[in-house]
Amino acid sequence: MQTSWLPFIPESASTVSGKVDALYFYLSGVTLFFSLLIGGVITFFVIKYRRRLPNEIPRPIAGSHKLEILWSVIPFIIAMSMFAWGAQIYFQNSRPPKNANEVYVVGKQWMWKIQHSTGQREINELHVPIGRKIKLIMTSEDTIHDFFIPAFRIKADVLPGKYTMQWFEATKPGTYHLFCAEYCGMNHSGMIGSIIVMQPTEFDSWLSGNVNQQSPAVAGQQLFQSLGCVSCHGANGEGGRGPTLAGLFGGKVFLNNNQTLTADESYIRESIENPAAKVVNGFNPIMPTFQGQVTPEQLIQIISYIKSLQISNPQSTTPAAPAAKAAPASQTGATPAPNKQ
Amino acid sequence: MKAFETFETPSAARVNYINAEYGLKSWLLTRDHKRIALLYLGSISFFFFIGGLYAMFIRLELLTPQGDLLASTTYNKVFTQHGIIMIFFFLIPSIPATLGNFLVPLMIGAKDLAFPRINLLSWYIYLLGGIITIYALLAGGVDTGWTFYAPYSTTFSNSYVIAAGLGIFVSGFSSILTGLNFIVTIHTMRAPGMTWFRLPLFIWAHYATSLVMILGTPVVAITILLLAFERVAHVGIFDPAAGGDPVLFQHLFWFYSHPAVYIMVLPSMGVVSELIANFSRKNIFGYKFVAFSSLAIAVFGFLVWGHHLFVASQSVYAGMIFSFLSFAVAIPSAIKVFNWTATLYKGSISYDTPMLYALGFIGLFTVGGMTGLFLAALAVDVHVSDTYFIVAHFHYIMVGGALFGYLGGLHYWWPKISGRMYPEGWGRFSALVIFVGFNLTFLPQFVAGYLGMPRRYHAYPPEFQVFNVLSSAGASILGVGFLIPMIYLVWSMRYGKLAEANPWHLPGLEWRTASPPPTENFLATPVVTWEAYEFAPVEEMRVIGKFRDEEV
Ligand code: HEM
Ligand SMILES: [Cu+2]
Ligand SMILES: [Cu+2]
Repeated sequence: MQTSWLPFIPESASTVSGKVDALYFYLSGVTLFFSLLIGGVITFFVIKYRRRLPNEIPRPIAGSHKLEILWSVIPFIIAMSMFAWGAQIYFQNSRPPKNANEVYVVGKQWMWKIQHSTGQREINELHVPIGRKIKLIMTSEDTIHDFFIPAFRIKADVLPGKYTMQWFEATKPGTYHLFCAEYCGMNHSGMIGSIIVMQPTEFDSWLSGNVNQQSPAVAGQQLFQSLGCVSCHGANGEGGRGPTLAGLFGGKVFLNNNQTLTADESYIRESIENPAAKVVNGFNPIMPTFQGQVTPEQLIQIISYIKSLQISNPQSTTPAAPAAKAAPASQTGATPAPNKQ
Repeated sequence: MKAFETFETPSAARVNYINAEYGLKSWLLTRDHKRIALLYLGSISFFFFIGGLYAMFIRLELLTPQGDLLASTTYNKVFTQHGIIMIFFFLIPSIPATLGNFLVPLMIGAKDLAFPRINLLSWYIYLLGGIITIYALLAGGVDTGWTFYAPYSTTFSNSYVIAAGLGIFVSGFSSILTGLNFIVTIHTMRAPGMTWFRLPLFIWAHYATSLVMILGTPVVAITILLLAFERVAHVGIFDPAAGGDPVLFQHLFWFYSHPAVYIMVLPSMGVVSELIANFSRKNIFGYKFVAFSSLAIAVFGFLVWGHHLFVASQSVYAGMIFSFLSFAVAIPSAIKVFNWTATLYKGSISYDTPMLYALGFIGLFTVGGMTGLFLAALAVDVHVSDTYFIVAHFHYIMVGGALFGYLGGLHYWWPKISGRMYPEGWGRFSALVIFVGFNLTFLPQFVAGYLGMPRRYHAYPPEFQVFNVLSSAGASILGVGFLIPMIYLVWSMRYGKLAEANPWHLPGLEWRTASPPPTENFLATPVVTWEAYEFAPVEEMRVIGKFRDEEV
């Protein structure tokens, strides 16, 4: 049974799970104290002031502004402490660390398709090492799902047409539940899986046991050619009739309506599916839509290819995922069963 | 010579609103708010029973980890329909449409509501909505969850989404009309001397509730309409495949549905204020604070909907603002609990059934409110959102709060409504059974939720079974607990002891007319010269009668 040594607390296996539990204990302590206090006072009054004579009429008592202020202000202060603590952890967790390993998650009725940035694919399982930061970039092929790992105390909705993110750093080897936590139809309760946390060395050998894979960036590069993106954006994304894509990700984009934005996953996706929505300053809205021609998974591959195109070192325009080099170039979509350890 | 006429002594033969006219037509075409309240009472009891049956199937299925009793599609329909019926067809109308309808005019000294025909219309609209929903259930059911989230509801569900939505859409108009009627009545039809600050707190609570009904319900109506439109035409409102935004649906839905939880619990708080004051024979401590906290809840309740979207890809900053506001809106509820507690101080407290329900309410509502703080705390909500922790939280609020208030109120005013006393011993016994059964059902769900059990799961990992078995055991006790009052209340309508005009010896206006009251409520227009909850010696609390010319 996946519980920790504390009763009624699930296994704690990530760097945030302890923080969430600490806040949970604080909340439990404070609310239990006040509930028992109120309950005790009420019980005491109900017994002490029970009706003794059928016709007795107690003396009325006027209210007290002092008391009212007291019991508004004190709970407010306590509530604010809860707010601040909860918000602080939430805010920290909302910003994925820069050096995190990326893992792509696609939810569909009723399974989880997962791909590591090194190419390994898994279904309803996610292998991760302890001590490394993992960032999940998630989207859905159909309705809303939710990627929930109780042992890590994290969860986030997985939406169609949008990328959501969450990250974690596992601290304890073991196998933990993965649940879909947003109702998604018939087999919602079957949309479950395992998070397998390993020692880094074990993980690395698991990875190398799965070399026969193509990294998403390489697959993305092939799509970039086969879909004809190259004709406008250049063979290596250096630009042409369309804007330069090398170095685009994470940088600023100036639009022809004088707005500025930061290029993230959602922006790139929108530019592929609905190019006219945001046109880069100095270019004409000539790009055709690719909506319906690329699956959510392929979109992730293209995005990951574009991410790999950084200007700072031009030679990396050919994506350099180590595991991918050995792979024959034609395996988009192949999913050999991952090695289980 | 003049004779003074009152209806003080109990008598089965006397003319009252129940026996004033006979025949089905006299009920179906009535404009008497008291009869309309009974029509509502019958219909919501019916829906409560259906909703309860669904609950039974849920608990039976979850006895074992495998999904072995029902097919998963059936299970999904069962919890969806349980939610829809309990929320839209039982809890939302429960107190306002029955006790509120019956008592708002009586408590302010009016002959009826401001718009009696509209009142009757609201019942027919409710009934129409109910019939459409029942059609949806019989035709094949609906499986979206009571929350109807897009794009599952717009695109993926193969069930009767539009019919179920239409039922809710239609019944929404009945709450709008009821709210409108209450607001106009409370503004314009108070008896001479019944100033705003002499109003019983039940009236304040209904005033606040009516505001929410009028301002919130149109939003859910529009949302359901858009949903149906999207489902039929795929125009791109909520479905991303057509260019829509599914999170927009969640915003619109919760903009109504968070306030709607206050539609359910505010009237109940009003009932509890009455019970606590009257059964301890004390004026309520901090009357104005209790009254205005209802309004504060009604207004600020509109600003916290985003706390249902903390993990739904809402912006981090929006999340923090909604978290802050959710903590803030908890304060008026806390103020109420403290004032109720202070009211008990040096009171003369009786242990009659309604008071047991009121005390139960305070305890359970406190648990519900306190666990609300866990959910408002962002980092903890991320973990427990969409787990059984949520299920437990809102059942503490909606059953422990709203339903306990309703049952307490129903017992308290039963002598006035039916003219008969309910059996006190059975009353106390069943209140206790319900309290024990309720806690056994829902306390374990907090634990299962924190351990990670997601809600709306048909099958679950075996380690959660122990909590589910406890929960199902509690639910069977709870079920028995609800059956007992259903039986003895019906029984008492014929066999109960005749009720006096003022069986509890209280000062409220509703106790100064006969039980059951005559159709026109009071023989003469009451003139109020006393404050709310001003307890005079029993013999001074006269029934309002009138002088008439008569040979004596
Ligand atoms: C005392 C202050 C309260 C606070 C701070 C609070 C907080 C919350 C929060 C943050 C959630 C969303 C959790 C999630 O989905 O992850 C929630 C859910 C809910 N609350 Fe409360 N709550 C409070 C009182 C109430 C009251 C008074 C009611 C009803 C009258 C209520 C009924 C509900 C319902 C129905 C849900 C869940 C609905 C669903 O997801 O299906 N809560 N509460
Ligand atoms: Cu799901
Ligand atoms: Cu809410």
